Amino acid sequence: MTNDKGGKWFGFLLTFVVMYLFWILLSGIFDALHLGAGLICCAIVAFISHDLFVKDGGLETGKFFRLLKYIPWELWQIVLANLDVAYRVLHPKMPIDPRVIEFETTLRSDFALVTLANSITLTPGTITIIVDPEIGKFWVHAVAKAPGDALLVDKTMQTKVAEVYNEL
Amino acid sequence: MIQIFLTIGVLIAVTILLALYRAALGPGVFNRTVAVNVIGTKTVVLLVLIGYYFERPLFFDLSLLYALLNFIGTLIFAKYLERGEIWSS
Amino acid sequence: MVELIGIIEGIVTLFLALGIFFMFTGAIGLLRFPDFYTRLHATGKCDTLGEVLIISGLLIYHLFVYSPGAELSVKLVPIKLLFLIAFIFLTNPTGTHALMKAGYTTGVKPWKLGEKRQ
Repeated sequence: MTNDKGGKWFGFLLTFVVMYLFWILLSGIFDALHLGAGLICCAIVAFISHDLFVKDGGLETGKFFRLLKYIPWELWQIVLANLDVAYRVLHPKMPIDPRVIEFETTLRSDFALVTLANSITLTPGTITIIVDPEIGKFWVHAVAKAPGDALLVDKTMQTKVAEVYNEL
Repeated sequence: MIQIFLTIGVLIAVTILLALYRAALGPGVFNRTVAVNVIGTKTVVLLVLIGYYFERPLFFDLSLLYALLNFIGTLIFAKYLERGEIWSS
Repeated sequence: MVELIGIIEGIVTLFLALGIFFMFTGAIGLLRFPDFYTRLHATGKCDTLGEVLIISGLLIYHLFVYSPGAELSVKLVPIKLLFLIAFIFLTNPTGTHALMKAGYTTGVKPWKLGEKRQ
């Protein structure tokens, strides 16, 4: 409870600085009218939505760096996914066999569930349908048997995301 | 180089026509929503290309704005199709 | 310096050609696949990557042709394009997931192997 007020001001300041940098980036002009208008608008927006980057009064940097390490692996999976879909579309016989699978994970926080759902949508042959945040259950639509098995049996992606957010 | 941009722009317009075929044909409202989302995505790329072809830097801001509008529009439409109303009272 | 412009043009053409290939694959998948859910597979993945490749090609073109020796508002354009790429990576899958959830909870039937086209 004592940390709450300090956290609110820190969130306000961080949101204001990021938005002001973005304002300068988008306009690129440095005269008094633009900078003054930017100051007023960014202050109003940062006052209304002060918990955009900081939740519960603390900022965790370890999570951020582990997320940066996770992104190149995901980019490689995106390229593989698109080659897989291109093969299935352009093949004369169109080898698809769609099915719906479901599984449970140990992730509970908002950020982790969103990252896992986005990763499942961007990787070969699977799209998330419904996420249940209380028990961590995912319904996933797979386009053939092999991509669905990679998610259900191997569980590589779940372990990687749980490593990033320390919720294994 | 500028001629290559023009060729790529015409090819993107051809893909928009293919998506329009699905928008006209697809049985039911869901297929048509997917086709409209696809057309919106390709419009963003087309705007950036036109910005480089005509050498006017205004079009980059337009493409950023239209990407935002397309996303919000698709989300609101999906919410309406799921629940039958947008704000639950 | 003349050979450098030739190499840069070659790289940009390669990026643009790959991007337009993936976009065509997405559009053909939209026409060929037999069901709403599988069509979302084709467009949700291929459109995102094709767009990112085309915009990356244009970004490289801008860095080498327009940036050297220009004013600040021209030099800041690559950062705007990078922000557009990050935005597309985050929002296209989210829109796909929202549409699929709406379809599933409303009761659109998935297609199994051996049925008629929808």
